[in-house]
Amino acid sequence: MRQYDVLIIGAGVIGCMIARWLSRYELRILLIEREADVGMGASSANSAIVHAGYDPPPGTLKAITNVRGNAMWDDLAGELNIPFDRRGDYVVAVGAEELPALEQLMEQGRRNGVPGMSLISGAEMLRREPNLNPLTSGALWAASGGLCDPFAVTIAAAENAVQNGVTLLTETAFEAFVPGGIQTNRGVFGCRWVINAAGLNADAVMHHAGVRPEFRITPRRGEYAVLDRAEITIRNVLFPVPSAKGKGILVTATVHGNAIVGPNAQDIDDKEDRATTAEGLDEIWRGAHKLIPALNPRHTIATFAGLRACGNARCQTTGVNYDHDFVIEIPKPGFINLGGIDSPGLTAAPAIAERVVDLLKDAGLELKPRRDWNPIRPAPPRFCNLSTAQKAELIRRDPRYGRVVCRCEMVTEGEIVAAIHSPVPARTYDALKRRTWLGTGRCLGAFDMPRVVDILARELGIPPTQVTKKGPGSEFLVRETKSWDEANTDSHSVGAYEAKV
Amino acid sequence: MKQKYDVVVIGSGPGGLAAAIAAKRAGAHDVLIIERDVELGGILQQCIHNGFGVESLKRDLTGPGYAQRFINEAQALNVEVLLDSMVLEITPERHIIACGKEAGLVELDARAVVLAMGCRERTRAQIRIPGTRPAGVYTAGTAQRWVNIEGYMPGKRFVILGSGDIGMIMARRLTFEGATVERMLEIMPFITGLNRNYVQCLLDFNIPLQLSHTVKRVLGSKRVEAVEAVQVDERWQPIAGTEEIIPCDTLLLSVGLIPENELSRQMGVKIDPLTGGPYVDDGFQTGMPGVFAAGNVVHVYDLVDWVTEAGLIAGRSAAEFALGKRPHPSADEKTCRTKASENVRYVVPQRVNAEALTQRPVKLQLRVLHPIEEPVWVEARNGDDLIARQAERYARPGEMLSLDLPQKAYDAVRRAETLTVNVVRRRA
Repeated sequence: MRQYDVLIIGAGVIGCMIARWLSRYELRILLIEREADVGMGASSANSAIVHAGYDPPPGTLKAITNVRGNAMWDDLAGELNIPFDRRGDYVVAVGAEELPALEQLMEQGRRNGVPGMSLISGAEMLRREPNLNPLTSGALWAASGGLCDPFAVTIAAAENAVQNGVTLLTETAFEAFVPGGIQTNRGVFGCRWVINAAGLNADAVMHHAGVRPEFRITPRRGEYAVLDRAEITIRNVLFPVPSAKGKGILVTATVHGNAIVGPNAQDIDDKEDRATTAEGLDEIWRGAHKLIPALNPRHTIATFAGLRACGNARCQTTGVNYDHDFVIEIPKPGFINLGGIDSPGLTAAPAIAERVVDLLKDAGLELKPRRDWNPIRPAPPRFCNLSTAQKAELIRRDPRYGRVVCRCEMVTEGEIVAAIHSPVPARTYDALKRRTWLGTGRCLGAFDMPRVVDILARELGIPPTQVTKKGPGSEFLVRETKSWDEANTDSHSVGAYEAKV
Repeated sequence: MKQKYDVVVIGSGPGGLAAAIAAKRAGAHDVLIIERDVELGGILQQCIHNGFGVESLKRDLTGPGYAQRFINEAQALNVEVLLDSMVLEITPERHIIACGKEAGLVELDARAVVLAMGCRERTRAQIRIPGTRPAGVYTAGTAQRWVNIEGYMPGKRFVILGSGDIGMIMARRLTFEGATVERMLEIMPFITGLNRNYVQCLLDFNIPLQLSHTVKRVLGSKRVEAVEAVQVDERWQPIAGTEEIIPCDTLLLSVGLIPENELSRQMGVKIDPLTGGPYVDDGFQTGMPGVFAAGNVVHVYDLVDWVTEAGLIAGRSAAEFALGKRPHPSADEKTCRTKASENVRYVVPQRVNAEALTQRPVKLQLRVLHPIEEPVWVEARNGDDLIARQAERYARPGEMLSLDLPQKAYDAVRRAETLTVNVVRRRA
C-alpha cells in the first residue's frame, strides 16, 4: 500500500489549487481524479469570471473567500502564467424599477470589503457599452472584477503541484474509506489526511465518512452560448440585476475575445447531465437580449452546459440566514471536508486552498516549507500571440511550430505536442482543447480533428482507434477501412496516467 | 522562393489550380501557389467518387483524377508551389506572411493575389442541435477525410442530417465499407444536393430519406448513443408528437457549406452576407485592388467544372492586374450592380463592368430560393427592359443556374445602374 500524508479526492480547480498550495511543504501528496483529465467537472464549464464579491451575503464563507480569493488572483496568475484580465465588471439595471437593487448590492459589497465600487448613470453606462438596452437606467461598477481562462487555472495549478512533487492519478475513483486510507478502483492508498474536493460528488464522499448525512448537492445546470468574435465584440463583463436564483444571465467578454451569454439555472437530478436543451438556449437568449437586444443567436459558434455543485449547508456565522454556504471544515480527525463549492468557487479557489492549509496547521499537521519549492509554472509558447520575429525564431528552434493544425484558433503542432508531453499530460482531444483552445473556433474542429487524432496516436504510441475525445468510451474511430474483424474493433482504454516528478 | 511574385494563389483546390494556370497563360511570369496540405488538389483529393469533369471535360473522373490533370498542367507551366504552409496574414498592400514545418516563416510580396481557400462545412452550433457533446458528431467532410485519406471508419451506425452532396456521397461510401446508414434527415421539403446523387447514392442503396425532418437532440455522454429525430412544419418548427429516437453511434452533418474567408476578412475584403464570400466584379476582383477570388471562396458551387471556370477567369484577371493591364476597381468607374430578385437567393458577380463585354460575354451565376419543377426563364432586366434570358427545364436550390450576358448587351448594360435577376415560370 502506497503511503501519503495527504490524499486529495478530486482534481477540479479546488483540488488542484489545494495540491499546489500544499506542495510548498515537505509532504507526500496524492491527488486522485476519476476522469481522464483534471478539471472535467464543474471547473470545465463556467463563466470564467473572477468575481468582485458583492453578491454573496455578508458573513458567509462565500463572501469571505470570494473577496480574499479575488485579491489573490494577480499573484496567482503571475506565478502560474495564466491569462487574467482585471477589467472590472458591471451590474446593469434596466428600467427605473431595478435601480434600488444596485444600491443594495453596493452596500452588500461594502460590507464584504469589496474595493473600487461605484454607481454610474444609465447615460454613462451606455457610453461605455453602446450596444446595451437603451432602457439602461444605471449600473454598479466594480473595478476588481476580472476575466480568466477557466481551464488554464486548473491545469496550471495541477502542473505546478506536480512539478513540486505532488503525485496525480487520473481515472482513479474514490470507492470507500478503509482503515488508514481509501479504497479506489486502482487499489488502496494509505494516508494521514483525506481532503474531500469531489465537487458534484462531495456529498457522497462525506456520507461515506459519516459526516453531514443531511448534506446534499443539487446539480444546477447552466447553459451557455459562445459567439463568433468576427461578428460581435463585447468589451465588458455585464451582469443583470441578480435574482433569488443567482447572478442571472450575463453577457461577457472572454480572454479569447469571443463574447459568451449565459448561464440559466436549472436544478436537475443527474450529476452527469450536461446536455443543452432547446428551452434552455431560448432562456439564455431572452436573458441576453434584455441586456443587449442586438445580439444575434445566429452568430453562435458553440453551446455548452455546466453543472454547479449547489449545496445546502447553513452558514455557521451567527445571525446570517443563508442555506447554501461553502463547507470548509474538519468534521473529524484526518478529514478535511469541502462541499457546495458553486459560484464563486473559481474566484475563491486560492483563498479556499489557503484556508485548508490553515486548518491543517491548526490541527497539528507539521508543515515544513520545502527549500526547493518553485511557485512559477512556465507557460508553454502560444504561437498566435507571438510577433512575426518570435514566430520565425520558434519555428527555427522547433519546426513543428510551423505547422498550423487548427486554422480558426491558430494552434500549431508544436503546441499540441508540448501539451501531450506537459507535466499534466493531455491524452485526449478535449484535454488538448482545454490547454491549447484548438477546435474551439467557428469550424468546431472539423478541420483539425483528423490531424489531432493522428498526432495523439503518434505521440502516445497507440493506434488512432484508441484515441478518445474525453476518456475511455469516447473513441473517435471504430476500425480501419477494409477490416471486418469485429473482435479487433472493441475499444480499449488509453490508460490512466500517473503524473509525477 | 522569390521575394516578389506576379500572382500568388492561396489554396490549390480546383479554383486555385485553375487560377494559377490561367495567370501563367495570360503572361504572368512568377506564379506561386501556397497550399496548407502536403499535396496539391485541396478537397478533391478526398473525393474519390466519380462525377468530376462531366460538363467541362466531357469525361467522368474521380476527384483526384480531375485534380491531377490540372496539377500536371500547372507543373508544365512552371507554377511554383509552397506546400504544407498556412498563410497567417495578408496586408492590403499584398504582403504575405506564411509558415510551414519545412518552409519556416516565409514573407513575400505579390502584385496580385487570388484567394482560393474554398469553403468549410456548417457545424452543429450553427444549426443549433441541443443535447450532449459526445464523440461521434462529425461533419460529413471530416468523416470523408477519415475514410478516404486516413483509412479509418468513424462509426458503425450512422444518421446523416442534411441531404447535401457530401452527405449523400458519404451515405453510399459508408455503406460500401460495411457501415449501416440508418437514416438521412432533411429539414427542407426537398433534397438540397444534386438529383443524380439522390438516385445514385440513396435510392440505389435503399437508404431511407425523410424530408421535413431534423435532429432535435443528441443523446449519449461519451459516444453518441442515439439521436432524437422530429418532423418540422413549414416554418421549420418541430411538430410535437412526431419525435423518434433513432439508435446510432454517429451523427454526420451535411448541412451546408460556407465560403472560407477568415483571411479575406482579416485583410479587410468586404464580404456579401448573401453569399458569405467577397463582393466581386466580372473579373472576380474583390473590392480591394489586386485581390481576386476564385471558386468556393466566392460562393458555394454545385459542380467542380464551374469552380475551374471561375478560377480561370480570376487567374487571368489577376495576371492582367499584375501586368498593369487591368484597372483598379474604383467608385467612379462605370459598373452596374446585379440584384437578386424574384426567387433568386443571390447573384455573382455583384458588379459588372460593361467594358468587359467588349472582350467576351459575362456569365452571371445564381441560386434559386425555391424549387420550380417546370420550365423557367432565367432573366436579367434593367427595370422592365429585358437584357438577357435563358430557358431551363427546372430550377432547384441545390443546382446553380447561370445566365450569359452577351456581348451585344454592351449598350444596355452601360445604361443600367442595376440588373435585376429573376427566375420565373415560363408560362407566367
